[in-house]
Amino acid sequence: MIAVQMAVTVAILCNCLFISQQRLVRSHSPSGTDEPNIFVIANQWVVEPGDLPSRVTEDLVALRSLTEVVDAYATNSYPLSNSGTNDGISLQPNQKHSTTTAALYYGDEHALHTLGLTLVAGRNFNADEIIDQGENGQPQPAGVIVTRTLADKLYPRGNALGRTLFMTSESATTRIVGIVERLQIPWVGGGPSFDAILDNSVLVPYRPIWQSSYYVVRARSGQLPATMKAAQKQLTDISRERVIEKVQPLLDARIEAHRNNRGFAVFLSVVCAVLLVVTAFGIVGLTSYWVAQRRRQIGIRRALGATRSGIVRYFQTENLLIAAAAAATGAALANALNLLMVGSFEMARLPIGYTVAGAVAVLLLGQLATLWPALRAASIPPAIAARGA
Amino acid sequence: MNSSMFLYYFDLGLRSLRRNIVLTALLIVAIGVGVGTSMTTLTVFRAMSGDPIPEKSRQLFTPQIDSRGPLVPPAPTADHLQTSMTYTDAMALMKARSARRQTAMYGTLLSVHPADPKQKPFQALAHAVYADFFPMFDVPFKYGAPWTVADDDDRAATVVLTQVMNDRVFGGRNSVGKTLRLGADTYTVAGVLDEWRFIPVVYDLDRTSFAGRDEIFLPFTRAIDKQMGVVGSVSCMQDLQTGFAPLLRSECLWLGFWVELHGDADVRQYRAYLNNYAADQQHAGRFHWPPHTQLRDVREWLNYRHVVPGEIDILMLVSFGFLLVCLLNAMGLLLAKVMGRAGDIGVRRALGASRGAIFSQCLVETGVIGLAGGLLGLVLTAIGLFAARALLPKEFVALTHLDVIDVVIALLLALGSTVMAGLYPTWRAANVQLTWQLKAQ
Repeated sequence: MIAVQMAVTVAILCNCLFISQQRLVRSHSPSGTDEPNIFVIANQWVVEPGDLPSRVTEDLVALRSLTEVVDAYATNSYPLSNSGTNDGISLQPNQKHSTTTAALYYGDEHALHTLGLTLVAGRNFNADEIIDQGENGQPQPAGVIVTRTLADKLYPRGNALGRTLFMTSESATTRIVGIVERLQIPWVGGGPSFDAILDNSVLVPYRPIWQSSYYVVRARSGQLPATMKAAQKQLTDISRERVIEKVQPLLDARIEAHRNNRGFAVFLSVVCAVLLVVTAFGIVGLTSYWVAQRRRQIGIRRALGATRSGIVRYFQTENLLIAAAAAATGAALANALNLLMVGSFEMARLPIGYTVAGAVAVLLLGQLATLWPALRAASIPPAIAARGA
Repeated sequence: MNSSMFLYYFDLGLRSLRRNIVLTALLIVAIGVGVGTSMTTLTVFRAMSGDPIPEKSRQLFTPQIDSRGPLVPPAPTADHLQTSMTYTDAMALMKARSARRQTAMYGTLLSVHPADPKQKPFQALAHAVYADFFPMFDVPFKYGAPWTVADDDDRAATVVLTQVMNDRVFGGRNSVGKTLRLGADTYTVAGVLDEWRFIPVVYDLDRTSFAGRDEIFLPFTRAIDKQMGVVGSVSCMQDLQTGFAPLLRSECLWLGFWVELHGDADVRQYRAYLNNYAADQQHAGRFHWPPHTQLRDVREWLNYRHVVPGEIDILMLVSFGFLLVCLLNAMGLLLAKVMGRAGDIGVRRALGASRGAIFSQCLVETGVIGLAGGLLGLVLTAIGLFAARALLPKEFVALTHLDVIDVVIALLLALGSTVMAGLYPTWRAANVQLTWQLKAQ
């Protein structure tokens, strides 16, 4: 009975701990940007579209002129937002299945500096390369900046700089003009299918001239709240024909974006903790029962010279043997359960470390839980043997 | 077993429970915790995957048309069909009027400018639909009524507000006929919705990552006329020229489409219509592949779209595993308990109690424990749901309240599983060796 219970506990514990850890890791994965100092303004214009180009330019110039602002740019999406554009990236034109998928971030020559990205090869955009993306068709970008992960995926042997790539939404060839160290895709709450492309991003030299877009602003170190206020005031001073829906620091966006991940991890941890407690109590209860059943036996052994610690050791060893068998079965069960979930839920395989950790944990738990009843057993006086009760 | 015997067993049971209070407490806690976690996840599961409109879910359908063909990467759905529609197809379907009621739809963002100067302008999620939408989905109205079909044709500047939006902008008063500035234009309020619980939002499943729900409904034709940008998934394959007009001409997929059909004949006829339409497109040279269409009702659609996130499935698995452990625990403890009274049982058997009598008595005792565990489980479920609500999207919160059915399920689950766990120990109890027990005293 104890064995079965412990085995099932091991199986559940291993998997829960693994899933929990995976979620936590995902919730801490870095976006590659200077998160503590960046905030985003969601801006919606209430004006005629014809005016937009000059208005957006005016906004950006004004924002950049603020003393607290390091840099700013306009974009379609930003890391940790869980929304944006993605596209298939291929090495040949009109490939049936794209080589990989990547997130598309629109930005001008200020984007790199605003986000705090590190250039590891090539160069930033030039001002004359930036294309205003408005209501009508526009020329396709000649060059893009990609992340190191994407560059390696497309050209595994290195030297991706200067090479071409094709985006499904564009027909012309595009060249990689720069490579940055890291920039995460906006979708961080998704499952393993997004995990696979988590660092695949492309910076496209577009400036969105849209009714609704985001301004990403980088504040001077330690001046975030003041800068947020100043930026908002600056924009409303320029024009009231707009709605500023939210001004959100990236750190807040991170909390929101990973809420599910963290909540899930917490829930699973709680379940594991309660599971361990319940199992522990079960072991205590059952072992106590066995002690009670064997009172006479124990008394006889004590009368024959067994020490108190000897009795304790006896029960501990008994539990250890059961636990060992349970742990082995439990480990096998854990892996079986994991395989089941890999099939249906897009999970990763359980690493051996978790199986071992889970088995050892339950083993130790068993030993600890047995201690109290074993001590009680040890205090059974040898006189019981004589009483013949 | 007649009633007086039952009461006697009940009394015996209570006494034995009291005698070993620690063991009893452990048992009740074990069962309560197991039932609590299972019920929590079960309720969340039902909240997220239930039928939002059970009385009509078999009459509301969404058509799918393969407008991409086999030479492109297939959609990540079971039959590789895309989950939204092009503007061209949606308009063709609307024009053909092959269903009793129909509506194309998409989501957009509006800036709301309340008349009250103290209120700052803000953004609101809006859904562009046809007038048929409201009777189709049985949308309840508090004031006024939906706009008319004529309004659809006229691309009228009219809106329907949700109760929340009406509270915010008009203080909850009857605002029918009043005007409201949205974006750069003025709109007239045609109606205000009553409280409308519709989970999951079957007609707008892509919007899970956006906080909140639609707060405004406006005519589809008006939204298109004013080129209101799409909020939601827009999937394009080729060479997309930006701009709203190109979007309408393109093969990008972004529209939802729902129809109302009554009876098998209607459904068959609509399926045929869809296939003929796709065949026509093939003949016209727009599609270079054979017709591939599908029509799914609400439940089929929810299933097909895997509405319940993988996390919930994992949680279900974990909590039922947890319940299993708790039951094994209970079984062990019950065994200990029962065997601890082997002497008692021996005496009673000697005095003439049959095996069956012992069995029944133990069963009653187990039942009492089960019920107590169930009650504890209910309390824990309430706590669990309280915590779960903090983690769930806002829409689901309302659905996670326990109703009478849930309470009954919880108690039956507790009772049933405890009795099952108790079968083996009870059987052991009934088979206690008479003579051995008496001698061992």
